[in-house]
Amino acid sequence: MQDNRLGAFTLSALALGLAFLYVPIVILIVYSFNASRLVTVWGGWSTHWYGELLADGAMREAALVTLRIGVASASGATILGTAAAVALVRAGRFRGRLLFSGLVYAPLVMPEVITGLSLLLMFVAVGIDRGFWTVTLAHTTVTMCVVAVIVQSRLVSFDRNLEEAALDLGCPPARTFLTVTLPLIWPAVAAGWMLAFTLSLDDLVIASFTTSPGAMTLPIRIYAEVHRGVNPEINAVCTIFIAIIASIVVAVSVLGKRLNARAA
Amino acid sequence: MNVATGEEGGTQRRPLGLRMAILIPYLWLAIFLLLPFLIVLKISLSQYADQQPPYVPELDLGAGIAALKEFFAALSLDNYVTLFTDSLYYWSYLRSLEIATVSTLILLLAGYPVAYAMARAPRRLQGVLLMLIILPFFTSFLIRVYAWISILQHDGLLNQILLALGILRTPATWISTDTAVYIGIVYSYFPFMVLPLYATLEKQDATLGEAAADLGCPPWKTFWLVTVPLSRPGVVAGSLLCFIPIVGEYVIPDLLGGSETQMIGQTLWNEFFHNIDWPIASAMAMVLLCLLVGPIVLFQHAESRRGHLMT
Repeated sequence: MQDNRLGAFTLSALALGLAFLYVPIVILIVYSFNASRLVTVWGGWSTHWYGELLADGAMREAALVTLRIGVASASGATILGTAAAVALVRAGRFRGRLLFSGLVYAPLVMPEVITGLSLLLMFVAVGIDRGFWTVTLAHTTVTMCVVAVIVQSRLVSFDRNLEEAALDLGCPPARTFLTVTLPLIWPAVAAGWMLAFTLSLDDLVIASFTTSPGAMTLPIRIYAEVHRGVNPEINAVCTIFIAIIASIVVAVSVLGKRLNARAA
Repeated sequence: MNVATGEEGGTQRRPLGLRMAILIPYLWLAIFLLLPFLIVLKISLSQYADQQPPYVPELDLGAGIAALKEFFAALSLDNYVTLFTDSLYYWSYLRSLEIATVSTLILLLAGYPVAYAMARAPRRLQGVLLMLIILPFFTSFLIRVYAWISILQHDGLLNQILLALGILRTPATWISTDTAVYIGIVYSYFPFMVLPLYATLEKQDATLGEAAADLGCPPWKTFWLVTVPLSRPGVVAGSLLCFIPIVGEYVIPDLLGGSETQMIGQTLWNEFFHNIDWPIASAMAMVLLCLLVGPIVLFQHAESRRGHLMT
């Protein structure tokens, strides 16, 4: 379905769509450099709010907690999610497969209030204190399903003969997985980790349910501030957040492209 | 189905590693997804009490059969009766379904042209376009909703521009209205709709359109009779991927909506965090899940058929 020139319709649909997506973000970034305290009045360029932000210990603390939860949960989710994907694609039929795939797909669309509430009630029932670890476990559970779906699509599309060849030559299954399968699916595994990481950084609802005041994440902090009204310091946090995420996404995609090119 | 054929009867011969690959994630999901769900069900049948944790009866498995019988006798459906008789609750379910349906339709109408244009763009551009659509999807939900607050507020940019252009004489109210909620939802879920649509449109065989054109079919008719029916899997996946989470949406109506846009996610949040009524919040979660179970099963079915998502 391609044309070698961009038609008027194609061009305007793309321009409108992308403008809709990006204009609000650009406005947010521009206003983080506003000298005025009023978010709606332009008072000239300034990096005042970034300085203010650096001095804000609570914000820095929250950012650190969020990053730690993100790395821990994304790593756990990548291992569990990859295993789940292998089970779904390679294990054929097994007892309870339908329930298993149901459990994998449900969190992708399940409203966050339900997931958050149910995990919290379980932690209370079992008697686990809420905090860093409960949020990490909650995020691991939700994001492992995202990883499973991404890795699954890669496993489905790759040439099984490569694995069969290794097995025929007497390579044990576990080693075949590590030396043949994993190198071939790793762009999907990396993409899964990254998506899990950003979803964890992003989450407000599930974290609100499963955390305690001792382990405030950045979204919870930002949300509390936003309720008090728009302020330029929040614009500054958001800008830094966007910059970090955007550079990770671009880096991974460039890396992935290079690896794919080498594999081809 | 993705299950490789020719693997029938492999249960006994399945290597240890593969058995672990099934067992560990299965156990994990059973503990952190299935078990919590059963606990919600149990608490939804209890009553609010001013204690820690705030509900009765409490389940004590070590207390013997008699105590267990007493526990079951104390469970009741009262919370569910309340949900269906108190207008605060059933009204927010209806509002949520209405908002989710309308915004899914808007998303479909807005997302289809963009996905179609992406699929028709030159090959070398498609990678970049895909990246540009995916990028906001990685940027925080909260940040993207926040971005709209300063645009939509009373002295915000939208009113400033409309006043400057002379379209409005006095500033209009945008924030705290249904319009603001729809804008926020369509904005936040846009990539979720465009990506599955693009995935099916991109795979469509260009020669089908050419064949229709050769046979004298006008372009709009080709689009309607060939392109759209063939893109059905993308339409189904995209719509469900948006509709289901929107019904339970909390952040967007909370930050952009007014008091009359009370969606079920907000009502549940308030019951839980402000009224500390865990049993009624649990019952609300159960009813919400029952409403969504149909769409969720449909989604799971569609996805395992497509075998992939977002790639």
